[in-house]
Amino acid sequence: MLEVEGITKAFPGVVANDDVSLTLNQGEIHCLLGENGAGKSTLVNMVFGLYRPDQGTIKVRGEEVHFEDSGDAIARGIGMVHQHFQLIPVFTVAENIILGNEVTKGAFLDLDSARRQIDSLAERYGLAVDPDATVGDLSVGEQQRVELVKALFRDADILILDEPTAVLTPGEVDDFFGVVESLTGQGKSIIFITHKLREVLAVADRITVLRAGQVVGTATAEGATQQSLANLMVGRDVVFRVDKAEADPGAPVLRTQDLRVADDRGVETVTGFDVEVRAGEIFGIAGVEGNGQRELVEAICGMRPTAGGRVEMLGQETTDWSPRKINELGVAHVPENRSKHGVVAQYTIADNLVLNRYHHRKFSQRGVRNTGAINAEAQELVEQFDVRTPGVDAVIDTLSGGNQQKVIVARELTGDLKALVVAQPTRGLDVGSIEFIHRKIIELRDRGVAVLLVSAELDEILSLSDRIGVLYRGRLAGTVNAADATREELGLLMATGSSEGQR
Amino acid sequence: MNGARNANAGVGRAASQIHRVLTEAWRLQPLYVSLYAILLSFVVGGVLISIIGVNPFTAYWALLRGMVGGGDEIAGSVARSVPFIGSALALAFAFRAGLFNIGAEGQLLAGGITAAYVGALSWMSDLPGFVAIPLILIAGTMGGAIWGGIPGVLRTKTGAHEVISTIMLNSLVLFGVRWMVNSRDPVVLRDTESTVPRTDSISDTAVLPELVDSQPVLHVGLFALVGICFVVAFVLKRTTFGFEVGTVGLNPHASHYAGINVNRVIVASMAASGAFAGLAAASEISGTNGFFQPGTFFLMGFDGIAIALLARTNPVAIIAAALLWGSMLSGAPLMQQEADVSIDVVRIIQAMVLLFVAADAIVRYLFRVRELDQSPFKATSIEGAM
Ligand SMILES: Nc1ncnc2c1ncn2[C@@H]1O[C@H](COP(=O)(O)OP(=O)(O)OP(=O)(O)O)[C@@H](O)[C@H]1O
Ligand SMILES: [Mg+2]
Repeated sequence: MLEVEGITKAFPGVVANDDVSLTLNQGEIHCLLGENGAGKSTLVNMVFGLYRPDQGTIKVRGEEVHFEDSGDAIARGIGMVHQHFQLIPVFTVAENIILGNEVTKGAFLDLDSARRQIDSLAERYGLAVDPDATVGDLSVGEQQRVELVKALFRDADILILDEPTAVLTPGEVDDFFGVVESLTGQGKSIIFITHKLREVLAVADRITVLRAGQVVGTATAEGATQQSLANLMVGRDVVFRVDKAEADPGAPVLRTQDLRVADDRGVETVTGFDVEVRAGEIFGIAGVEGNGQRELVEAICGMRPTAGGRVEMLGQETTDWSPRKINELGVAHVPENRSKHGVVAQYTIADNLVLNRYHHRKFSQRGVRNTGAINAEAQELVEQFDVRTPGVDAVIDTLSGGNQQKVIVARELTGDLKALVVAQPTRGLDVGSIEFIHRKIIELRDRGVAVLLVSAELDEILSLSDRIGVLYRGRLAGTVNAADATREELGLLMATGSSEGQR
Repeated sequence: MNGARNANAGVGRAASQIHRVLTEAWRLQPLYVSLYAILLSFVVGGVLISIIGVNPFTAYWALLRGMVGGGDEIAGSVARSVPFIGSALALAFAFRAGLFNIGAEGQLLAGGITAAYVGALSWMSDLPGFVAIPLILIAGTMGGAIWGGIPGVLRTKTGAHEVISTIMLNSLVLFGVRWMVNSRDPVVLRDTESTVPRTDSISDTAVLPELVDSQPVLHVGLFALVGICFVVAFVLKRTTFGFEVGTVGLNPHASHYAGINVNRVIVASMAASGAFAGLAAASEISGTNGFFQPGTFFLMGFDGIAIALLARTNPVAIIAAALLWGSMLSGAPLMQQEADVSIDVVRIIQAMVLLFVAADAIVRYLFRVRELDQSPFKATSIEGAM
């Protein structure tokens, strides 16, 4: 279906793809693996006509193509679901799907026939979407289905999925793979990018591994193991399980009492949350996304007003303090939404690394920014956290998704910390980087930092936490010691809010 | 048909050649759209002039001499341009904070009337010039700052969009000052001895020293406004406050997360914007007019929008853009006199400049230049842009 031969693409300062070749057969799922910044998105962006290759050829169904833009690629039957969704939140599902490909009746949109087409596509591939729902109200998993339908609506038979599962909950991932199977069953061919090796082994027909822009290996799913793939990606042995010593908890650092928080629509999603996190321990919050995690974290960090109850940090009441005041206490926050809160896309890496401390004595004197000191600090952090970039004055938007996350983590995990609130810290990161960030978090714990970890990855919660609480409908459904916790018990708590064993 | 296409291709080639020289040799990359917009507008304007039956070169030659034909012309052009610097900064600064301040027109009036009022206070004449002049300038600046700050406060307290509220405030202040200056019963600020509606003349001690006795007078206000541009450039580029302004402008959500007081930045940026307009107005009252008339700043605020966009909101480029703008207006009468082309043609050319700058896709297409940023990530930040 698709042949990519000897593609090279350079950006200022980096060769993102270096002589990359890849073939995709009809009905096949071809997984693309590689570290953050290895060049996966760049490669598929070229196939989708968003970038033009410097060298090399792309053939679709045996015919060489030169795409000017993604319209050309769509015309050749290529569809793509991006790492970041490209839907317009205020439009309905149907409107989003037909956008750019409007079905018209005279001068008017023919939404009815679009709706019928959407329904029939949805049925055919098991993609449940409601054409009349507003996209902004949908969960991430639903938005993703909309993206898929959108691609199929344009008659795509080559689908490119760039990290589709990074943002899904485990249940949604299962649904998603159901859809993928029905797609390939009906002859669609799929390029699938992910960092989750378990998924790769489950669905891939063939696997191509990129490292630093080059193909370092091709494998079939049968012959591969998680370990072998990880080692190939990173180029060294990867340890999956982080070693950590027994926690030695000290005084309580972070405490909430009957905390209530409303979401943007005014609905209370945190409904009386009590927790106590002590110095030197990691308290993990598990739960299906949408049970109040976002509002909880934002309220604790001062970004969202509380609707009731109190928050205490280091023995002081900090309810409804400003984010700055809370931060100055020594509380760091890795936000869940990277592009909305975590970075200013147009700023350089250096400016993003001092985003919340540009005003400190070290980086500014008498209100004037000390660019020398800022760059020096940035240089150090970039090296320490292994951010792959040509330089600290590169605009952060030019970094790969995973490397942007590393910048945020680097910023938040340094400084004189007392408490750390982390939400989805390793979303979209490769195995090597996950290992690194996990080690950093444990290091902080061992230095006496109180850590509140919110993650949709059960594995992450299980391997990092000392105690685990399950958030269900805005309150803690149960707290267990990590040592005694099992996936089954947590899963049950997450799904129902109670574990039968305790009743 | 074929010939036309060839000609078109030829123009395209020439254009991309110009583009190469401009960007590579002069390093004017960020401003090229503006330069082409000016070029294009003059070409279209020339076509217009020849349709009227005048040789466009004759007309433009007269315009040019009216702009910079001699010492007096140059001084007059510069003098005409000075207030535009302030009204353009009023848009540019707020723009950096993500705000669209189209209230410079009103902020000029607010600053102007305050300056005229303070300048005409009876005790001003007892003060030495080095006290009276700063006082009148500060008064105007404050007047503008307050009038600019109000929409900022409204935005943070009630969510009222600054575009709407600045338009409303423009009308409010316009009718307000008209009444104050017109009314004879009660007398508010009207100079009752004058036949035209105007305020009392300001004290001699509050008059800015003159540099050249041109038409209009070139006065020391020039240094104040040019100086402010460099100050603003420094503030935006090098200070923590400038960093906060830029961060709020690019991503208010991330700013909030990073501990920046977004509301404070919005109010401060709007007030600062108003202050620049107010300073421009005060310097005009003090250096050029000596009193306030409601029509003095007519359209000056809206011209400021065009100038700021032409300069891509770069404070230093604003100086150049304002000079071009003011001298075109200052040179137009000679064009009318000599070539019999109405002054309005200059206005039309200016309107086209704004159009081409705003719709830069036209320019990019004609000059075969791609957008600077081809990143596919660009379209993704719908959320971030909100
Ligand atoms: N528009 C751009 N300008 C400059 N450099 C870029 C641009 N896009 C990508 N790069 C660089 O190219 C390299 C490959 O990036 P790419 O986004 O393809 O990585 P990736 O494999 O998708 O990583 P991730 O898993 O983190 O998403 C990175 O070093 C990145 O910094
Ligand atoms: Mg990527």
